[in-house]
Amino acid sequence: MKKVYVNEDWCLGCHLCEFTCAAANSGAPDMIKAFAGGKKPVARIQIEEGSAVNFAVQCRHCELHPCVKGCISGALSVKDGVIVCDEERCVGCYTCVLSCPYGAIVIDGAGHKIRKCDLCTQNSQGEPACVKACPNNAIVFEER
Amino acid sequence: MAINYLNPLFEVVRNPDRCIKCRVCERQCANEVHHYDPDLDRMVADETSCVDCQRCVTLCPTRALKIRPNENQFRENGNWSQQIMDEVYKQAGSGGVLLSAMGNPREYPVYWDKILLNASQVTNPPIDPLREPMETKTFLGKKDQSIHYDENGKAVYEKNPYLELDVPIMFSAMSFGSISKNAHETLARAAQELGTYYNTGEGGLHKDFYKYGANTICQVASGRFGVFKEYLDTGAAIEIKMGQGAKPGIGGHLPGMKINEEISKTRMIPKGTDAISPAPHHDIYSIEDLRQLVLSLKEATNWEKPVIVKIAAVHNVAAIASGIARSGADIIAIDGYRGGTGAAPTRIRDNVGIPIELALASVDQRLRDEGIRNNISVVVGGSVRCSADVVKAVALGADAVYIATAALLAMGCHLCRSCNTGKCNWGIATQRADLVKRLNPDIAYKRLVNLVHAWDHEIKEMMGGMGINSIESLRGNRLMLRGIGLTQKELDILGIMHAGE
Repeated sequence: MKKVYVNEDWCLGCHLCEFTCAAANSGAPDMIKAFAGGKKPVARIQIEEGSAVNFAVQCRHCELHPCVKGCISGALSVKDGVIVCDEERCVGCYTCVLSCPYGAIVIDGAGHKIRKCDLCTQNSQGEPACVKACPNNAIVFEER
Repeated sequence: MAINYLNPLFEVVRNPDRCIKCRVCERQCANEVHHYDPDLDRMVADETSCVDCQRCVTLCPTRALKIRPNENQFRENGNWSQQIMDEVYKQAGSGGVLLSAMGNPREYPVYWDKILLNASQVTNPPIDPLREPMETKTFLGKKDQSIHYDENGKAVYEKNPYLELDVPIMFSAMSFGSISKNAHETLARAAQELGTYYNTGEGGLHKDFYKYGANTICQVASGRFGVFKEYLDTGAAIEIKMGQGAKPGIGGHLPGMKINEEISKTRMIPKGTDAISPAPHHDIYSIEDLRQLVLSLKEATNWEKPVIVKIAAVHNVAAIASGIARSGADIIAIDGYRGGTGAAPTRIRDNVGIPIELALASVDQRLRDEGIRNNISVVVGGSVRCSADVVKAVALGADAVYIATAALLAMGCHLCRSCNTGKCNWGIATQRADLVKRLNPDIAYKRLVNLVHAWDHEIKEMMGGMGINSIESLRGNRLMLRGIGLTQKELDILGIMHAGE
C-alpha cells in the first residue's frame, strides 16, 4: 500500500506541509480562506524540529493500529488499509492519542475531537496534500 | 552609534490580506529579514539585510510577498548614481575592497543580441529535425591534418586524446567550496546523463564523486588544491586555469570559515584556513613554462587525457591563444568578461576583460590565419544564456560552450549576486548544512538535464532552419550570421556582414 514517507535528509523544517494539510482538510477552497479571520485549522502532520534534523510525522497506518482497537465509540476504522476517523462519532476521549506509538494523532481543541491523517482520502486532494506541497521532495507517497 | 549611510536596497511588501502568518518566510531566510512579532500578532521585516534572492516569495504559500527596489532614492544625478554613492559610503565605512558575486551586471553591449541567424528559403531547403537525423555530437581535441598509411597502404589511426560530447555544451568550473556538495552532485549527475562534462573547479574532487570521473574535467589552478595522481587519473580531461572571465589577472580566496571537514580533505588544506589561489601560477611566466606544465600533466596521466588551458578574454587574447595552441594543449577555453564567480573584487569584475563574442571571433580568425586552428579546439564561456547564443558561438568558430550561470539558474539560483556572503538561501553557494540541504540533487539534476535537452532541441531547430544537419557544418560558418546595429569595426572583428548585405 502506498504511504507517506519522510526523508529527513531533505526536510527543511519549513512547515509548509502542516499549513497545506490544515488548509486541505479545513473544507475551505484555498489557504487564505482557511486561515482567514484568525482561524487556526489543525494539521494532521507535524514537524519535529531539532538543531540539525527535522522531519514530518503523520499516521503510519500501522497494522497493529492500537488506536482502532482502543476506540470506544467506533469512530476509528480501517478502510483498505487506511485508518480513517468518522469525526461525527468521535467523542474526544483521546484513548487513541494515548495509545498511538508515533504520537501522530492530534487533538483539535476547538471541536473536542481528534484529527488524524487519512492520506487525503476524505477530501478532494487526490494525492496527499503534504506531498504536493513539500518544496524539496522530502515527503513522498509511495509503495515500500 | 554611528550613522548608517546605506539605504536598504529593497523593500519587503507583504499583503496582510493574504499573509496567514505561517512563518515560512522567517524560517527560510538565512539573512533573517522576516520575523513574527507575537505582541502585534503579525509578520514584520527588517529589509536592511534583504538581498532579493526571492526565496521567501517563491515559498510563500499564499503569494503574500513581493520584494521591490527601495523607492527611497538619493537626489537624482546622472553622474553620481545611487550605486556609486552607496559604494563610496560602504568603502568609507569599511576601508576595504568591494566584493561582488556572479557575472558583470553592467549595461555593456551584448553582442549575441546584435547578431541574427540565417534561414533557408526555396533553395537549399530547411530540414525538420523531428523527421530527419540531426547531429549535435561534438569532439574536442587536436584534429589530424593528414592521413598516414602503413607499408600495406592501410590507414594508420593515431588518435589524439579527445572528449566526446553528445551536446556542444559543458558545465564550466565551479569548485566544491564555492558551491555546495549538493550543487556539485547535481552537475555531475546531469553531465553523466547528458553525455557531457562538468568541471571540478580548483577545489579538488570529493571522494563521493570519483564515480562520475568519466564525465569530469579536473582543474589544476594556481593554488593546486586537491591535485594528486588519483585526481588527475580519475577525470576525463585536465584543465589548467590561467584566468577567469569574472576576475582576469587576479587569484581566488575561499575564506577559512567555509573550509569545513569535507572541503579541507578535498582541497588537502587544514580545516579553517583560508584557501588562497595566487594570481599567477608561480611556475608559469611564459608559453614555454605553460608547455612544461601541459606536458607534465600529460606525462603524469600516460598521455591519455586531453589538456585544456582556460584563460580570461583580455585585450591580447588572440596572440595568447596562438601561444596556447602551440603549447601542446588540446583545447583552449576562453572565459568572457560576463562570466560568473563566487566572489570577485567589484572593480575587477566590472571593468576588466572583453566580451566573449569579440574574443572568440578574433581567436578563431587568428588561429585560422596561422593555420593552427585544427591543432586545438576552442570552448567559450562567460554568459552563454540560451540556445541561440550557443548557435551563434558555434557559427563564430567555437567547438563547444561552457555554461555555469544558466546551470545554476536551473537549480534555483535567482542571481541575487550574494554568493560571497556564504548564506545562499537556495543551497547552492553555501556550506551551511541547513542551507545546503535545500538543494535536493534528485530534483535539481533533472531540471538541469531538462534545460540542456531543451537547448539541444532548439539548436537542432535553428540548424535545421539554416539547412544544416550537423553541427560540424555550422562551426565557423560566419556566413550564417549578420550583425544588426553594429559599426563597421565591430563587424570586422566579428568577421560578419551587416544585416541586408
